[in-house]
Amino acid sequence: MIEIAIEKRLASFTLDARLEAPDSGITALFGRSGAGKTTVINALAGLLRPDRGRIAIGGETVFDSARGIDLPPERRRLGYVFQEGRLFPHYSVRGNLLYGAKRGETGPSFDAVVDLLGIKPLLARRPADLSGGEKQRVAIGRALLASPRLLLMDEPLASLDAPRKGEILPFIERLRDELRLPVFYVSHEMDEIIRLADLLVILDDGKVAASGSVEELTSRLDLWPLTGRHEAGSVVRTTLRGHDTTFGLSELAFPGGRLRVTRLALPLGTPIRVRIRARDVVLATERPAHLSIRNAFAGKVVEVAVPRGPLIDLKLDIGTPEQPVMLWARVTQRALQELQLAPGKPVFALVKTVALDRHSYGRFASGEAEAL
Amino acid sequence: MLTPLEIEALQLSLLVGVVSIVFALPVALACAWLLARRDFWGKSLFDGIVHLPLVLPPVAVGFALLVLFGRNGIVGAFLYKTFGFTFAFNWKGAALASAVMAFPLMVRAMRLSLEAIDQRLEAAARSLGAGRWRVFATISLPLAAPGILTGAILGFARSVGEFGATITFVSNIPGQTRTLPVALYTLTQIPGSDGPAWRLAGLSLALALAALIASEMLARRLGRRLRGLD
Repeated sequence: MIEIAIEKRLASFTLDARLEAPDSGITALFGRSGAGKTTVINALAGLLRPDRGRIAIGGETVFDSARGIDLPPERRRLGYVFQEGRLFPHYSVRGNLLYGAKRGETGPSFDAVVDLLGIKPLLARRPADLSGGEKQRVAIGRALLASPRLLLMDEPLASLDAPRKGEILPFIERLRDELRLPVFYVSHEMDEIIRLADLLVILDDGKVAASGSVEELTSRLDLWPLTGRHEAGSVVRTTLRGHDTTFGLSELAFPGGRLRVTRLALPLGTPIRVRIRARDVVLATERPAHLSIRNAFAGKVVEVAVPRGPLIDLKLDIGTPEQPVMLWARVTQRALQELQLAPGKPVFALVKTVALDRHSYGRFASGEAEAL
Repeated sequence: MLTPLEIEALQLSLLVGVVSIVFALPVALACAWLLARRDFWGKSLFDGIVHLPLVLPPVAVGFALLVLFGRNGIVGAFLYKTFGFTFAFNWKGAALASAVMAFPLMVRAMRLSLEAIDQRLEAAARSLGAGRWRVFATISLPLAAPGILTGAILGFARSVGEFGATITFVSNIPGQTRTLPVALYTLTQIPGSDGPAWRLAGLSLALALAALIASEMLARRLGRRLRGLD
């Protein structure tokens, strides 16, 4: 368990963060820039001293203002991957990787980390000769080789373009799945969070606005100002259940239905989280026919949000009575009126396969997939 | 090629220059670190004191050294009684005077290079388990090396050229305190010695230029290596 309850007055805002996170999986700290994400993670690392409060990692108190405890960063045994990499320019890649490596520790071996991150060909090079994506992989390797008990990542992909991000994301998933290393991941990109996070903590103006599962928080209407209204939508947990080689499709099962998506090159049984934006969901009051959309799920309206302009958001349940599955849909007020949509009304939710792209999917820790 | 007198003055100047820099360097680095990295009460005053030799007349510095480190001086008497060591009227005194005069130049160059270090790299090193001293030795010091080197060579050139404080503090003793500039001064006081005086002036010029060019080249090479270009 990682427990944080700290206060820190800064020039632009006051941080007052209280949160608890498990010792496993990826905990995402999400929020706008200036919300205090980096401040929290720096306090955790010991690079910034809170005014008051307490921080404990796995039962060990590393900071406690009341008891005068403040462990220096080098004794907290945390790995930190910074936004800008921060590789040492006067060391080779190998020198950077070995900087924090301790002999005789039970962490991952040098060769294992080099293989995991695919950086063997880079070992003799200098940081100045690396691309942005290569730098970040080396930075991750360097943090891992210090045998941390928790890995902190501060927007490690922010300085990279989309293809480079795609290059790094699988490695972060492998950290979680293969090394079983807990990760605190700071980001303001919902894409990354859906793909990676097990626990989501939303920070706003120095305070924890909400914490919970990605599915729960992204479907909460009151958080949309923070999670992004334009990108608003829901996250559905599914399991990869079938491949349709003839048409190049894959089937993702969730309680109450199967979602057909363009083929995913993953083994059957892989737990996959799918993000469906509210504006990509179409509603019908009877089962549609003669339509190109193949994904139609029966459900009912649960909640109607307060309208904003001509548009209105509806929360649907397309799951089973035992396992509800929430889905948000965005329609015009006119459609709402003409279809007489109100809580309790049975509807069919239609999702265009084409609307889901690779940014829509995330894998989550397999242990949680048992329930599906 | 060089006369025995010129060789003696040159050797003495090099000895004084090297010894003064070797001893002043760690102290200057510590002062530069304090000024670049720490905030403390009286920092402006401290900064002023460090820079005093740069603005005071060298003769005044020499006089102060005489009062403090002369054989009857406050510190000098103690050193002589306790260790039998004295700065008075020997080359060690010349080295002390040179070191004091070169000190502010060295501190300035080192302070600038310490301030230019990306402190985020030091934070990264600490997050990797390195304590303060290891971070200093493996990150801060190598990254500041070009500035430290520049400071040392500037200080060396200044030491070799030191005149006012030296002659006031330790006088003009052949083989002990008669460095290049002091020897040059002596020659200018003897009518008809223009020729030898020119030769010494040329020697001083060559030495100073060589030091500056060497510093420039070394700093550039170090800088390239630190940025990972070599």
